[in-house]
Amino acid sequence: MIRTEELLLNVGPQHPSTHGVFRIIVKLDGEVITEATPVMGYLHRGTEKIAENLNFTQIIPYTDRMDYVSAMTNNYVLVHAVETMMGLEVPLRAEFLRLIVMELQRIASHLVWWGTYLLDIGAMSPFLYAFRDREMIIDLFNELCGARLTYNYMRVGGVKWDAPPGWMDKVRDFIPYMEGKLQEYDKLVSGNEIFLARIKGVGQYDAATAIDYGLSGANLRCTGVDWDIRKAEPYSLYSRFEFDVPLGKNGDCYDRYRIRLEEIRQSLRILKQALQQFPEGGETMGKVPRAIRPPVGEVYVRIESPRGEIGCHIVSKGKAEPYRLKFRRPSFVNLQILPKLLVGETMTNLITILGGIDIVVGEVDC
Amino acid sequence: MGPWLNEAMTWGNALILFLWAVVFLFIVLGFVTYAIFFERKVIGWMQLRIGPNRVGPFGMLQTVADIFKLLIKEDTIPRKADRVLFILAPALAYIPAFSVLAVIPYTQKLYFADLNVGLLYYVALSGLSTLGIVLGGWASNNKYALLGGMRSAAQMISYEVPLVISVVGVILLSGSLNLRVIVEAQSGGWFWNWNFIPQIIGFAIFIIAAVSELNRTPFDLPEAESELVAGYHVEYSGFRFAFFMLSEYVYVYAIAALTTVLFLGGWNAPAPFLDFVPGMIWFLLKFTFIVFSLFWIRATFPRIRVDQLMGLGWKVLLPVSLLNVFLTAVYLELFIK
Amino acid sequence: MTDEQKNREKALTDIGNEQNAEREAKLKAAAEARAARAAAKEKAEAEAAEAALAEPPKPPSPKQPELDALVALLKEQINDSVIEDAYVNELNSDMPTIIVNHTYWREAAQLLKEHEGLQFNYLRNVSGVDYETHMEVVYHLVSLASKREAAVKVKTDRKEAAVYSVTPIWATANWNEREIYDLLGINFPGHPDMRRIMMPDEWVGHPLRKDYEPLDSEV
Repeated sequence: MIRTEELLLNVGPQHPSTHGVFRIIVKLDGEVITEATPVMGYLHRGTEKIAENLNFTQIIPYTDRMDYVSAMTNNYVLVHAVETMMGLEVPLRAEFLRLIVMELQRIASHLVWWGTYLLDIGAMSPFLYAFRDREMIIDLFNELCGARLTYNYMRVGGVKWDAPPGWMDKVRDFIPYMEGKLQEYDKLVSGNEIFLARIKGVGQYDAATAIDYGLSGANLRCTGVDWDIRKAEPYSLYSRFEFDVPLGKNGDCYDRYRIRLEEIRQSLRILKQALQQFPEGGETMGKVPRAIRPPVGEVYVRIESPRGEIGCHIVSKGKAEPYRLKFRRPSFVNLQILPKLLVGETMTNLITILGGIDIVVGEVDC
Repeated sequence: MGPWLNEAMTWGNALILFLWAVVFLFIVLGFVTYAIFFERKVIGWMQLRIGPNRVGPFGMLQTVADIFKLLIKEDTIPRKADRVLFILAPALAYIPAFSVLAVIPYTQKLYFADLNVGLLYYVALSGLSTLGIVLGGWASNNKYALLGGMRSAAQMISYEVPLVISVVGVILLSGSLNLRVIVEAQSGGWFWNWNFIPQIIGFAIFIIAAVSELNRTPFDLPEAESELVAGYHVEYSGFRFAFFMLSEYVYVYAIAALTTVLFLGGWNAPAPFLDFVPGMIWFLLKFTFIVFSLFWIRATFPRIRVDQLMGLGWKVLLPVSLLNVFLTAVYLELFIK
Repeated sequence: MTDEQKNREKALTDIGNEQNAEREAKLKAAAEARAARAAAKEKAEAEAAEAALAEPPKPPSPKQPELDALVALLKEQINDSVIEDAYVNELNSDMPTIIVNHTYWREAAQLLKEHEGLQFNYLRNVSGVDYETHMEVVYHLVSLASKREAAVKVKTDRKEAAVYSVTPIWATANWNEREIYDLLGINFPGHPDMRRIMMPDEWVGHPLRKDYEPLDSEV
């Protein structure tokens, strides 16, 4: 008999495919994982603690840095929570601008996911194609609010900047461009035999498990659960637009892949309608008291970020600063299922599954 | 070069042979330098990038600068590594890579060794490089390196088998293991006399197995950077790392040359009226095409999984290559004899 | 052990005791101040409540019947004292909110999830709040089938704060509860893996508590 032993392998915190400083301790029997323990907190900045000493406008830039791939939706969930508490009216033009940037952000975020996921699976080129197209959205944002990643664009009661002249036309031009590129993506990648063999049937779970683990976004919808907060509990102006919620059947990485690509299409559809209905003129800031002091009480609001349900729980004591601010971060909650999925999989599938969940470590650790 | 190789081995001749080997080494190094440059450029263009363009005209000296950097870099050996093996491994990976080049004939006149078991020599020696990789992975005393080394061993052993069997058809057709004879058997004036058409199954298997032997995408599991960080050479730096890279690219050279010789008719022109072009040019054209294809594959394919790799090797490639041998034998028996 | 060593150890213990005494005194002072503050606050709140009573009553919320049914069901199935308080949170688009007695929290959670009429199968969010007088864990539930929502609160003491874990009921709670334990120091008996999650394992204190002293108060 040859003496054999399990190999304890530290994947991360510095590892090319954990998408940031995330660490998983895996026990390997050969290449098969027998136990996986995620370790996080390397990017914990104490956003919630810091926020207790800041007023709400000052917290907005901190939300940018949570999910830095999708800062616009994070902005929105905070200002939306405060507006709900104070019962503020947001001017229609501002709300449209918010919706347009959020949908653009969803496309940008899914593009980053698409590119990096294929990079994880070993295909190099799609990464650069995805970033080429994301760059166009980033440029649009840059023109709108002067930042490429951490926008700090929304304010309680409206948005900071109106769209510069010609900006809407650029968004309009972007839609057909992106539709063409999506077809190209499908042709290039979606039918690749090796790619399909890598992701079909990998990381499978059923609807009951997904609900039990509180998964959201594509991770929930890949099991066929029809739950998109934009449709189920419409916020902002989403009830005005027609769009479909793509659903999966098998709950595997392939379904998640298909859903995210389809969501880009649906976002383009929403954008098209939003541009048609975009009001001429109007304010971009509503009537907001000089000092933003939500009344005593608490609120929990949730919206659909590209990664799933992002929520904001504010407890206010009537001060300018929140008494307690808690973010429900989709990456953090979705990641919980990882140790369960990994048992019995190979090292290679670890990367496929982790990538398929789509996490941003800034948001996991908050 | 033939008669000259057969002369008696005097001290003078040995010196000349040695000098030839040195010249050849520099040619290979030159190839590797510009293959890397070419690869970066080609993949750059495919990925809408420019590629290296800063050092020297068109970035031609980029790789030279990179190699120079590797040479002057601090040589680190992990404290817990197995020192002797760690130092030995890169050399062990490189020596067979360079030695297999000896049997490749470039033109009718230009070849370095006229071995009557040339193909066997090639296959036998190229298998040794695995040893270097496994040793490197083991000696680094790093878990990622170990996994990479083990994957490499499994992969190389699995793909060596179909690789060898896929060329049996070629051997049957030409009746020799000597690479020069194999090329000459393909000369008939037209390109359909080349082995890749009568041996189309063998050719396909050979290409797949060859890419796998090279550890290149989509079979680059031993160094899968997104899973195993860099696989077996994760602990290597400086010149030792350069040796691993060097042997990888020398194998690119060797496989491209071998494919040209075995399946693409070596130095033969594709049509009789093109005979006025020197054979060396034809060889280089075919050779460059294969090298380009390897880079092309790298830019377009994702990576395959370990179990799928093994499944493909043992369950698909091996039976099909055996079938190919059988079909070729039947064909020879019925129509040629 | 030599005498010298013994002496040294004794000296060390003495110093430790002194430090402990100092810390205790500080803690006591802080607690008194907190109690005073809380009392003042309660008084103010009571006054405000009186003022509110004087105003004409608002029309009842559309969610009021939903809340009443929920409360009635819980009381009927478990115990009369299971609900400590129940109200409609008007700030949060009329979210029905109940405060569940800690003793019955496990049964209540089970019922909330599994009762046919409720089916709160999706746990959206778990957050802990330090109210200085007590700790509170807030669960935001939703039923994916009926889209009904509810917020459930469980109160616990600040000292030796503990709330029964609902990880066996909703797997979502797992890391959320660990996070609350890590940042607020609320223990969750019944949790399968109660460890710190964000802060290093050897960290002292729970940063989101209101009386937490940062390592460097300047930051």
